[in-house]
Amino acid sequence: MLKTMVRRAGKCAVVAAAGLMMMSAQAAEPIKIGSFLSVTGPASFLGDPELKTLEMYVEKINEDGGVLGRQLELIHYDDVGNASSARNFASRLLRSDRVDIIVGGSTTGATMAAVPLVEQAGVPFISLAGAVVITTPVKKWVFKTPQTDRMAAERVLDDMKSRGLTKIGLISGTGGFGSSGRAQTLEVAEMMGVEIVADETYSGSDTDMTAQLTNIRNTDGVQTVLNFGFGQGPAIVTRNYKQLGIDLPFYQSHGVASDSFLELAGDAAEGLRLPASSLLVPDSLPESDPQKDVVQMYKSEYEARWDSKVSTFGAYAYDGLMLAVEAIETAGSTDPEAVRNALENISGHVGVTGEFNMSADDHNGLDADSFRILEVQNGEWKLID
Amino acid sequence: MFSEFLQYLFTGITIGATYALIALGFTLIYNASHVINFAQGEFLMIGGMATVSLTAMGVPMILAVVLAVALAGVLGIALQRFAIAPAKQADVVTLIIITIGASIFIRGLAQLVWGKEYHVMANFSSDEPIRIFGAVLNSQSLWVLGIGAVLVVALVLFFTRTLIGKAILATSMNKEAARLVGIRTQMVLMLAFMVSALLGSVAGIVVAPITFTSYDIGIILGLKGFVAAAIGGLGSGVGAVVGGLALGVVEAMAAGYLSSDYKDAVAFSMILLVLFFLPRGLFGAKVVERV
Repeated sequence: MLKTMVRRAGKCAVVAAAGLMMMSAQAAEPIKIGSFLSVTGPASFLGDPELKTLEMYVEKINEDGGVLGRQLELIHYDDVGNASSARNFASRLLRSDRVDIIVGGSTTGATMAAVPLVEQAGVPFISLAGAVVITTPVKKWVFKTPQTDRMAAERVLDDMKSRGLTKIGLISGTGGFGSSGRAQTLEVAEMMGVEIVADETYSGSDTDMTAQLTNIRNTDGVQTVLNFGFGQGPAIVTRNYKQLGIDLPFYQSHGVASDSFLELAGDAAEGLRLPASSLLVPDSLPESDPQKDVVQMYKSEYEARWDSKVSTFGAYAYDGLMLAVEAIETAGSTDPEAVRNALENISGHVGVTGEFNMSADDHNGLDADSFRILEVQNGEWKLID
Repeated sequence: MFSEFLQYLFTGITIGATYALIALGFTLIYNASHVINFAQGEFLMIGGMATVSLTAMGVPMILAVVLAVALAGVLGIALQRFAIAPAKQADVVTLIIITIGASIFIRGLAQLVWGKEYHVMANFSSDEPIRIFGAVLNSQSLWVLGIGAVLVVALVLFFTRTLIGKAILATSMNKEAARLVGIRTQMVLMLAFMVSALLGSVAGIVVAPITFTSYDIGIILGLKGFVAAAIGGLGSGVGAVVGGLALGVVEAMAAGYLSSDYKDAVAFSMILLVLFFLPRGLFGAKVVERV
């Protein structure tokens, strides 16, 4: 009798101990943040600063005690700017790594390739890519941090109109960024009563765009030129523009908003305007600007750690990670549904890119005003508006 | 109207001259070994990147160019010595695959050493473009054309006037016979790789101010150079030049008169057309089979 009681008590103790161990193991288990980025390949100038940012801030958050008392674990893959490998990596993150949230997708192509998997698996996904299609129409599990290319088009055309320029020559890259930008510009132009009189394209690997620019220059009535593209292409366009001696006001998209563009384009960039994040001009922001602190902090921390210039693309990753952290903290757990709801209800989150106010029908949360209009003056960015 | 045409022509000739220089490198190695060296684009990248980083370190431009070309030459020798030579009895296709592997390796190495950013190189002479009949020519284009022409003439002289050049030709025609008359064919192969690396690196240096340079610039330019070489007829020096220029001009004209959307499509249809009617390319050798 006594024996069986002891034995039972023993069994209970073992079960309880095992249970306790399991619980404590669970508490110590890290929160898994998955990521697939274009760290190498043609879009590496996006993925490289993004990965550096994620690594740096995951490390920093862990040193400060983690999130909900748990450490963060970053699991990342390099999709080399290739949409089909992005899809494979997204699938690996969801199926075998079993991540709690995904922050990644440097390009629109990579993001859109992963979207169906994410939607099916029901894991929150914060994309770092620009195109409007990512969050319009709203997809239950998909969010994004950069402003849309549609906002960039609105902002640029707005600035053109305020200067009385209504006949535009458009030149754009044929990559995902450029072609989506071109489509948005054509749509927005029609809405805003601006006319696109010339419409040219170039492929990402082209080394000379003189022919296209000559066509634009010879178009009747063209008053200004807008280039939508990223990579080295826009820098070559800028140089060719100068060589051809076209003296119409010149606009670029936010695709070139980084200091390395100034380096590549050199003198030829003088006087051109573009919509960009306030990150490029942290010191010109007025003291009253709510973004000033976070922008300055991100810039100085990034540059101190990596000894290279900060870029707006890294900032997208910063915002993505911080939004994820805030959502997990608000949700109080990593339960996907709760985190997703928390993300959708984020409001007044001041990031480097802008102030995020998410809602059920806006999974981006930014408005066009988060873009500033900058002009290149004496080889530096100058805040215009 | 005329100024437009002239502008497209200038653009086409500048790009075309680049393609031609790369195509020449393909031709040289093909002549010596019947291998298509897909690491040709990487020599081009090494030339540009090494020059940029050396000048950034404070080395004078001319010295930097010499060092960069020398570096590419050494790399060419190393490629032949450590990748091609050990696979002695391998067939040509295997050797071609080896060059593809080597190109990926070199690219990876360059990415580690120089990072992933694009780099700028200043124009050799003035930044001011030259205006002719309303069209604009980048002064760097003249450098590309001039140096390209000098290299072509030098190559022709090398092959027709020097013993080493003739030895390369002899090796390409019949390896066994060449060996019988005392030509050290391994040496000749090494030389061919070195010269083509030199050519590639010079091409990379002269075009860098126009195209910028980065660790992966060799992929696309190498491919276009190969297309140019194929159009011209692999193995023909004149063919490489004509093929390169033709490809560049057709591309620019297509971008100007048709639509820039179709530019690449036109270039690739061109190679299909040429190869359909002239399977050996425009200047390909007529092979005579003796029985």
